[in-house]
Amino acid sequence: MIHCYKLNGYNIVLDVFSGSVHAVDEVAYDAIEMYENSDKETIITYLLDKYGEKDDVTREDLEELFDDIETLKESGKLFAPDVYEGRAFDLKNRNTVIKALCLHVAHTCNLNCEYCFASQGKYHGDRALMSLEVGKRALDFLVENSGTRTNLEVDFFGGEPLMNWDVVKDIVKYGRELEKTHKKKFRFTLTTNGVLLNDDVIDFANKEMHNVVLSLDGRREVHDHLRKTVNGKGSYDTIVPKFQHFVERRGDQGYYMRGTFTHNNVDFTNDIFHMADLGFTELSMEPVVCKPDDPYALTEEDLPVLFEQYEILAKEMLKREKEGKGFTFYHYMIDLKGGPCIYKRISGCGSGTEYMAVTPWGELFPCHQFVGDEKYSLGNIWDGVKNKEAQQEFKLCNAYAREECRDCWAKLYCSGGCAANSYHATGSITGVYEYGCKLFRKRMECAIMMQVDKAQER
Amino acid sequence: MKRIQTIETRDLKKSTQTGGCGECQTSCQSACKTSCGVANQQCEKCVSEK
Repeated sequence: MIHCYKLNGYNIVLDVFSGSVHAVDEVAYDAIEMYENSDKETIITYLLDKYGEKDDVTREDLEELFDDIETLKESGKLFAPDVYEGRAFDLKNRNTVIKALCLHVAHTCNLNCEYCFASQGKYHGDRALMSLEVGKRALDFLVENSGTRTNLEVDFFGGEPLMNWDVVKDIVKYGRELEKTHKKKFRFTLTTNGVLLNDDVIDFANKEMHNVVLSLDGRREVHDHLRKTVNGKGSYDTIVPKFQHFVERRGDQGYYMRGTFTHNNVDFTNDIFHMADLGFTELSMEPVVCKPDDPYALTEEDLPVLFEQYEILAKEMLKREKEGKGFTFYHYMIDLKGGPCIYKRISGCGSGTEYMAVTPWGELFPCHQFVGDEKYSLGNIWDGVKNKEAQQEFKLCNAYAREECRDCWAKLYCSGGCAANSYHATGSITGVYEYGCKLFRKRMECAIMMQVDKAQER
Repeated sequence: MKRIQTIETRDLKKSTQTGGCGECQTSCQSACKTSCGVANQQCEKCVSEK
């Protein structure tokens, strides 16, 4: 399967099953597009008719082009067959180990963000803080169920984790003790809205947190419209100076400024550029996850605008990089040489199998977005996973699980997509959230185009 | 090739032999938490070999 598209002056051919990317001229673009459905003579006649006035488009030249296409095909870089589909079914019986936990250390929040999928941190349940006892047991559970895997990831999430900061620090200390007695390495991440950031948090996070995710929606008026304090005031002026101080002190360690865009700011690139202008360089901006009838839900009419926005973003990023003031955008980070292997690309995010969320009470869910949904309560950190039926459902959730993905060129980039998005949009984790797919494909086209541009520069 | 420039990429078919160590980061455990794919994940092996 191939995917051909034109973007930012480039003609790009993506060979889906080999992962190859080709930048071609317009003659080769047409030839490759026609290759599987027309014979050689038909294609040459068509190309001579269309491009014959060009000096370098002769029959001899087109014969050479055909030889090149055949060479690429023989070397497995073009029209490569799908040799993975059979393996996808092996995934059902594979042994999985748990490698990441999302610790919901605080089911409460000091902001009252209107669009919060966690219903202001409570996940549609009671307010609660995780005890140190539960946190320590969660790390024990992770170590016990992680097999021979060395690197273990733990995200401190909420609600707002800084509302239970002393417990977070003690859980980290316990994790460092476990590292000494087990062949494990914890990578901790802190996700915070920034309200309670102070030097104690910054110093500890910069010493212990592999990554920090800082929530900011961009421009003041956009951010303050939905990210309000419990008194109804905007939070921008409180958090931005704190985030700037935090990031400055963080040096070259990992962080992300992470925003959400909604129907209210479909021109979300202006929010990304605003974050960049504030001095932040590691940026992420996500489409809102909400019910279709929420007033800020993205609409079908928004789609063409969003597509254009993603293109604007890619072009501006290339421009700024050449000017020496580049920044990264999470969804455009794609390493064509060092990206995921085919197993990862087929098996997906690992929710429910390799990744689970832990509530303040120690209950296990397939991921943070399923917390509170009793149907998907998997068990707890003392007794382990008991709801094997639900876990099996997640195990089967992969790039080949959905009929709708069969002909999609992006399936080895999204791996079938987010199970929670599918579930909320269709009622089934193996459903298809087509709106999200459309945005994802556009982002991938932009990300690959940027790699092509960089390759041309080299 | 005159009309085709092939960008250097990881050979996915070859990765059936070399991949599958499982040490890579869980997709959602990073910046997005709501709309993840696997494309922007790093291969842990490739990173440590750099």
